[in-house]
Amino acid sequence: MMKEATISTIPTSADGLSRVDGRAKVTGAAKYSAEYKLDGMTYAVLVGSTITNGTIASIDIKAAEKAPGVLAVITYLNAPKVPGHQVAKNPGKPEVKSGPLKVFYDNKIMLNNHPVAMVIADTFERAQYAASLVKATYNKQVHDTKPPKDINKGVAPSDGKDFTRGTADAWQNAPIKLEQEYTLPNEFHNPMELHAIIAKWNSDDKLTIWDKTQGVKATRGDIAKAFNLKEENVQVNSQFVGGAFGSALQVWPHEIAAIIGAKVVMRPVKLVLSRPDMFTSVGYRPYTWQKIGIGATADGKLVGITHEAAGQTSSYEDFSEGPINVSKALYACPNVTTRYKIVSLDVGTPTWMRGPGEATGAFALESALDELSYKLKVDPIELRLINYAKTDPVSGKPFSSKFLDEAYEIGAKQIGWKDRKAEPAQATQNGWLVGYGMGGGMFGAYRDKATVKAIMKADGILTLQTAVSDIGPGTGTAMTLIAAERMGISPDKIKFEMGESSLPDAPMQGGSATTATVGGAVYDACNDLKQKFQKLMGNGGTDKLDYAKILKDNNLPSLDVTVQSSLGSDGQKYSMQSWSVHFTKVLVHPKTGVVKIDKVVCVADSGTIVSPKTARSQIVGGAIGGIGMALMEEGVIDQRYGRYVNNNLADYHVPVNADIPQIEALFVNKPDPHINQMGAKGMGEIALIGMAAAVANAVYNATGKRVRDLPITPDKLI
Amino acid sequence: MKQFTYVKPTTQTTAVTAIGKPGTKIIAGGTNLVDLMKKGVTAPNRLVDINALPLKEISTTKDGLHIGALALNSVVSENATVIKLQPLLSMALKAGASPQLRNMATVGGNMMQRTRCVYFYDTTMPCNKRAPGTGCGAMEGYNRMHAIFGTSDKCIAVHPSDMCVALAALDATVVVTGKKGTRRIPFTQFHRLPGDNPELDNQLAADEMILSVEIPENNFAKNSYYLKVRDRQSYAFALVSVAAALDIQNGVIQSARLAMGGVAHKPWRLFDAEKALAGKPATEDSFKTAALIAMQGAKGHEYNAFKLKLAPATIVEALKHASGLV
Repeated sequence: MMKEATISTIPTSADGLSRVDGRAKVTGAAKYSAEYKLDGMTYAVLVGSTITNGTIASIDIKAAEKAPGVLAVITYLNAPKVPGHQVAKNPGKPEVKSGPLKVFYDNKIMLNNHPVAMVIADTFERAQYAASLVKATYNKQVHDTKPPKDINKGVAPSDGKDFTRGTADAWQNAPIKLEQEYTLPNEFHNPMELHAIIAKWNSDDKLTIWDKTQGVKATRGDIAKAFNLKEENVQVNSQFVGGAFGSALQVWPHEIAAIIGAKVVMRPVKLVLSRPDMFTSVGYRPYTWQKIGIGATADGKLVGITHEAAGQTSSYEDFSEGPINVSKALYACPNVTTRYKIVSLDVGTPTWMRGPGEATGAFALESALDELSYKLKVDPIELRLINYAKTDPVSGKPFSSKFLDEAYEIGAKQIGWKDRKAEPAQATQNGWLVGYGMGGGMFGAYRDKATVKAIMKADGILTLQTAVSDIGPGTGTAMTLIAAERMGISPDKIKFEMGESSLPDAPMQGGSATTATVGGAVYDACNDLKQKFQKLMGNGGTDKLDYAKILKDNNLPSLDVTVQSSLGSDGQKYSMQSWSVHFTKVLVHPKTGVVKIDKVVCVADSGTIVSPKTARSQIVGGAIGGIGMALMEEGVIDQRYGRYVNNNLADYHVPVNADIPQIEALFVNKPDPHINQMGAKGMGEIALIGMAAAVANAVYNATGKRVRDLPITPDKLI
Repeated sequence: MKQFTYVKPTTQTTAVTAIGKPGTKIIAGGTNLVDLMKKGVTAPNRLVDINALPLKEISTTKDGLHIGALALNSVVSENATVIKLQPLLSMALKAGASPQLRNMATVGGNMMQRTRCVYFYDTTMPCNKRAPGTGCGAMEGYNRMHAIFGTSDKCIAVHPSDMCVALAALDATVVVTGKKGTRRIPFTQFHRLPGDNPELDNQLAADEMILSVEIPENNFAKNSYYLKVRDRQSYAFALVSVAAALDIQNGVIQSARLAMGGVAHKPWRLFDAEKALAGKPATEDSFKTAALIAMQGAKGHEYNAFKLKLAPATIVEALKHASGLV
C-alpha cells in the first residue's frame, strides 16, 4: 500500500508573481500581429480549391480584378517566382516528395482548399468580395483522404525505424495479456488568435514582417532562404502570440503568399487566415491508428509491450512524430517492440500539436495499462509502481531526476482515489454513474542554446533581451522571476524584451524547452552581470547590491553582458525527462451517455517550479486540452469530397467553461540538479500527455464501457 | 459579402412596406443572418432593421402570455412572469446558444434561424435547401446531427432552436403581419417539413413579419422540464432535446405536452405520446410506454442512428425530471 502523501508542501497558485504582461493583455494594450496599423495597408484574402486532387484547368480573375478597391489578383500564372521554390528537394530522386507546399507555384492541387488565388484590395471587405468572384475550373483526379485502419498501407518515416528491446512481441507469451486498437482523429490547434501576417518590403531586398510565430529567428532564417535575402535584411516581429500549440513552429504557405503579395503591390499586405482556413493551412495533430499488445505475469510484472502506430501525412511532405515513444520508456518492461508508419493521403501536412505524438501514444498505452489492471485485478497505480522505471529503459542511463512515484501519491490523495471501485459500474451519485481514472505521461526535458543580453541602467532598471517568443505560457513572467532572484531586485525593476529577430539568439518556443533553455541563459547572464558590479566594488561586495548607486559612483550610464548558455556535459550522462500524472473523477449519465468531468487533479514532476501562477495555468490549459481530446475534438472529412465539414468553432468542439470543473494543479517541486541552475524542467507538453487516457479510464470505471476511438461522445456510451 | 442597402423603419406600417420588396431580409439580432451573409449562403440586396419597432413587450393578456418578437432571448429567459407561468420556455432558452448570443438574439429571430446543417453552410457542397435541385449533401454524407422524423428525399436537416421546442409544446400561437393584414398561426404549424421544397423553412410569407408569440394559460408550471443532450455542456446544438410539461393531480397525469428538438425539420411535437400519458400514473413505466409511441416512424441514417436510442431515453429522463421522479 502507498504511504500517505503530505500535500501541504506543494506551492499553491497564490504564490508568486502575476503575469508581467497580464494588464497589457486584458486591457488590449498588447498588440498581436494583425493589430498593427501601417500606412498604405492593403488586405489579402485567399481563394481555396474546391477539389482535393488534380490540376487547375482554368482560372478566371477578370471580374475580381475589376471589383472595387482591388489592387492585385495573384495566381500561379502571374505570381513572381519565389527563389526557394525553384530548388528541387532532392534532385535525381523522383520518389522523394516535393516538400512543403509551394504556394502559387504550379497548377497542381494537393488538398482541398489548396490556395489557388489571392486577392489584395484596399479594404478587407472588398478583398473578400472580390475573392468570391474568382472562378476556377479543375481537372479532377481521384483522391484518397481515408485514414489508415492498420499499419499495412504505411511506410516507415526516415527517422522512425522499428524498435525492439529484448524479445520481439514477447507480450504474446505472457500469462495475462490483451491486444487492442485505439484511434485518435485529426485534431486542430485552433488557437484563439488566427494566424496572421503583415508583410512590408522596405526596399527590394529588405523585408519586415509582423507574424504569428513561435520562433522569430527560425522564421527569419526560413523566409530569408525562401526569398534569397540576407538574414539581417529580414526583420520578424512577434511581440504577442495568442496561443499556437505548435501551429506556428514553421513558415506556412500563407506567410509566403503575403510576402509575394506585398512585392506585387509594393504596399504592406495584411493576411489573416479565416477559421476554416485554419483547418487546412497550418497543420494539425494527425489521425493515428494504434494497436497495443501488452502482457504481464499474474502479479503484474510487465512481460512485453508491442506498440504499432500509423499516422497520416500529406502526399507532398512527410511528417512523423513519436506516438510509440512512451511505450519504449514509461515503464520498466524488458521486452518492447514498436512499429511506426506514416500513410500519405490527399490532405495537408500535419505538424506538432501540444504533447505531439506522445499525447497520442499515451492515450493508447495508458488505456491499455488500465485494461490490463482490470484483468490482473491490480490497482492501476499499483500496476504502475510495480513496473516503475528507476533508470531510462531505452538508454540505460540514470534519470537526472524522477519523482513520479511521489506524484502518484499526491494525486491519488487529492482526487480521493480510495473511493474508486475496483470493478466498473459500481458507484452512482444522484442517478449518475461515478468513475475514477488516471493516466500519466512523460516528455523529454530539453535544454537548448540561448543568448541573453542583460543591461542594468543608472535608473536601476534591468533589461533582458532575447529573441524568444511567448505563445502564452508566461515566459516573460518566469524569466523576470529568475532574474529578480539572481539580482536581488524587485520584479517591477525588470523589463524582459523578446519577440524580435534582431535580439540575441533564442530557440523556438516549442518542446517545453523555454524555461530550461532561456531561463538558464537569464540565470547565467544575471550572474555575470552581478559579478561585473562586484568587481567594480573591488571587494566582491555583498549579495544585496545597489546597482544604481554603483553605476553613479563609477560615473557609468549602464553595464551590460551578453551570455550564451546551454546544457553542460550532464546532458550526456543523464536521461532528462519531465513527468506527469492526471486523475479524473467523472459522472456519466446511464441513459443519455453525457459525461461530466467532476474533478481533475494533475501532478507534474518537472523540477523546480519557477513561476507558480503561470505553471498552474500551463497545467490547467493542458488538462483542458486533454478533456477536449478525450470528449470532443474531431475533424471530420466528407470522404466523397475530401473536404472538412466541421471547420469552424461551432461544429469543431473544444471544451467551454461549463465543461470544466475545478482543476487542481500540483507540483512535486523538487529540483533537477543536472539540467540547469534553477533545477527547472519543461511542463507544456506533460500538462496534456496522459490526460485523455485519465478521462477514458474514468469513463470505463463509471460505466464498464471501454471507448478506444476518441472522442468519447454520448452516442458511444448508450 | 455583397453590398446591400440598409433601412431602419420606426413604425410597423413603414416596416411592412419596406419588407415587401424583392431581395429583402429582415434583421433583428443578426446572430444567424450575419453568419449566413458572411458565408455567402444568402446575399440580400436590402436589409430592413426592425430593432426600432416597439415589439419588446412581455405581458399577460386574456390570451395568456404575450411576448414581443423583439424581446431578447436573455430577457425572456430571466423574466419573472415567464419563469412563474411558463418555466419550460425559460429553461429551453437558457439551454440555447451562449449568453453572448442570447443577449443579441430575439424571439422572432430565433424562430426564423436556419438549419446548422454543414452542407447548407458550405456553398461548394450540394444542398437543396440553399440551392434547390443541387441534391442533399447530408443524405449520404456526415449526418450525425440530422433528422430522424419527417424527412424527405430532398432534405434531412433539423431546425436548431431550443426555444421553439418549448413553444411548440406549450401550444403557442405566432402573430404575424403583412400587407394583407394580421394573422395568427398555431406554433406547431409555423415551421414546415422539407417535402419537395426544403428551401422553405416556415409559413411566413416573404412580405410578412412576426409581431409576437402568445402562450395560453396552462397548469404545467409545476411539472415542466427541458432536457438537452449535447456534445458539450454549452454552445452546442442538441443531439436530442425534449420539452416535457405535465399536469399531475394526485399522481395521475391529467394532461401532457411533449416536443423534441434535434430530430426533425421543425420542432417535433409528440401528440400520440401525449395522449398515451393522459390518465396514466406519473411513473417511469408510463413514460417508457409514451417514449415507445413517440418513436414510431423514426428512421436513422449512417451517422445519426444513435438518436433512435437516445431520443426515447431522453424523453423518459425529461418526463422523470418534470414529474419530480429525479
